[in-house]
Amino acid sequence: MTVDLLNIVLRAMFVENLALAFLLGMCTYIAVSKRVETAIGLGVAVIVVQTITVPVNNLINRYLLMPGALEWAGLGAMDLSYLRLVVFIGVIAAMIQILELTLARFFPALHHALGIYLPLLTVNCAILGASLFMAQRDYVFVESVAYGFGVGAGWALAIVVFAAIRERLRYSDVPEDLQGLGMAFIVTGLLALGFVGFTGLEF
Amino acid sequence: MPYRRTFLDPLITTNPITVQILGLCSALAVTSSLLPALIMSTAVIAVLAFSNVTVSLMRTVIPRNIRLILQMTLIASAVIVVDEILKAFAPDVSRTLSVFVGLIITNCIVLSRVEAFAMQNDVRSSFLDGIGNGLGYSLILIPVASVREIFGSGTLLGYPLLPLVSEGGWYTPNELFLLSPSAFFIIGLLIWWIRARHSEQVEQPGYTLHSQEDQEVA
Repeated sequence: MTVDLLNIVLRAMFVENLALAFLLGMCTYIAVSKRVETAIGLGVAVIVVQTITVPVNNLINRYLLMPGALEWAGLGAMDLSYLRLVVFIGVIAAMIQILELTLARFFPALHHALGIYLPLLTVNCAILGASLFMAQRDYVFVESVAYGFGVGAGWALAIVVFAAIRERLRYSDVPEDLQGLGMAFIVTGLLALGFVGFTGLEF
Repeated sequence: MPYRRTFLDPLITTNPITVQILGLCSALAVTSSLLPALIMSTAVIAVLAFSNVTVSLMRTVIPRNIRLILQMTLIASAVIVVDEILKAFAPDVSRTLSVFVGLIITNCIVLSRVEAFAMQNDVRSSFLDGIGNGLGYSLILIPVASVREIFGSGTLLGYPLLPLVSEGGWYTPNELFLLSPSAFFIIGLLIWWIRARHSEQVEQPGYTLHSQEDQEVA
């Protein structure tokens, strides 16, 4: 069991890295990676949010939305899975709001550091994407915790590495028209190429 | 802003992908062949137009502090309709696109157009803005997908263009084009090309070097 869970974490971090293999959360990835410190802040926020939202959505999916999920209420024939998108995005928005309030109340220092990134994550497709993949793959609750943490950590790793490269890039002689966004894409491409190397790896 | 500009500007001048840096995830992920890219573009245009129009209609009655949740719900409803239509009429494509149709909800193009444009403008220009941005998005998606499909599998829309070695032709498909990194390279080069032609879009470097002569004088 432990090995299985570790397997899920490592797969989600490297083989199926959301940023570099599935290209999710790219807008934030490109826009908020100009400095390493901000990238670390955002990365930590993503890990926290993923580890909370994926399991919560897992429970909701299992006991409310899946075909036959309403068995416990005597409504076994009901299939609410078409509501998945609205419900998941609602849960994510609510969770992020709750997390922000909790942090502000009990961990003001952490809130100060992550504050501006949390609301941004509502529209980060990596967060919704992780929940949708979780639903598609039928993870049980414990697995979904591992998966949430794994994808979060993988995304954080990707953005921190990328920010570090971009900091160095500032002093290199890039062709004028390729400056900034164009070069950012090509660097991400090279990073993603590295991550393709993990494909098919079994832990 | 005149209607014409509202419609035409997002095509190149303020293109959502290459200038506003919005909606990248799906642009990169669905472009390994042309058909899903075309369907995805249509879906995004439909969702953008629909949510821009509805939000613009409701813009006077939406309370400011819950506007994000309302906007997300409206967008999500539009996306669910598109998703169900695809599942019903194009199940194969729907399977290829997997979660990416659902991810139109979090496609930042939609939310940012709704928030930045439809909340302040009348219905007609919001509609045009939605269509324009959707087309600007397609304008990047389609060439990228075409290049990837032609070089990655030698076909275009499934029709064989370059005869493959495995079928007695001469072209060995370059499988790099089917992997995600190639999308980054192609969009990067596309941005390079667009900026070479529209120099006002070039980003200024964060620093400047003194030239050789300056240093000698100093």
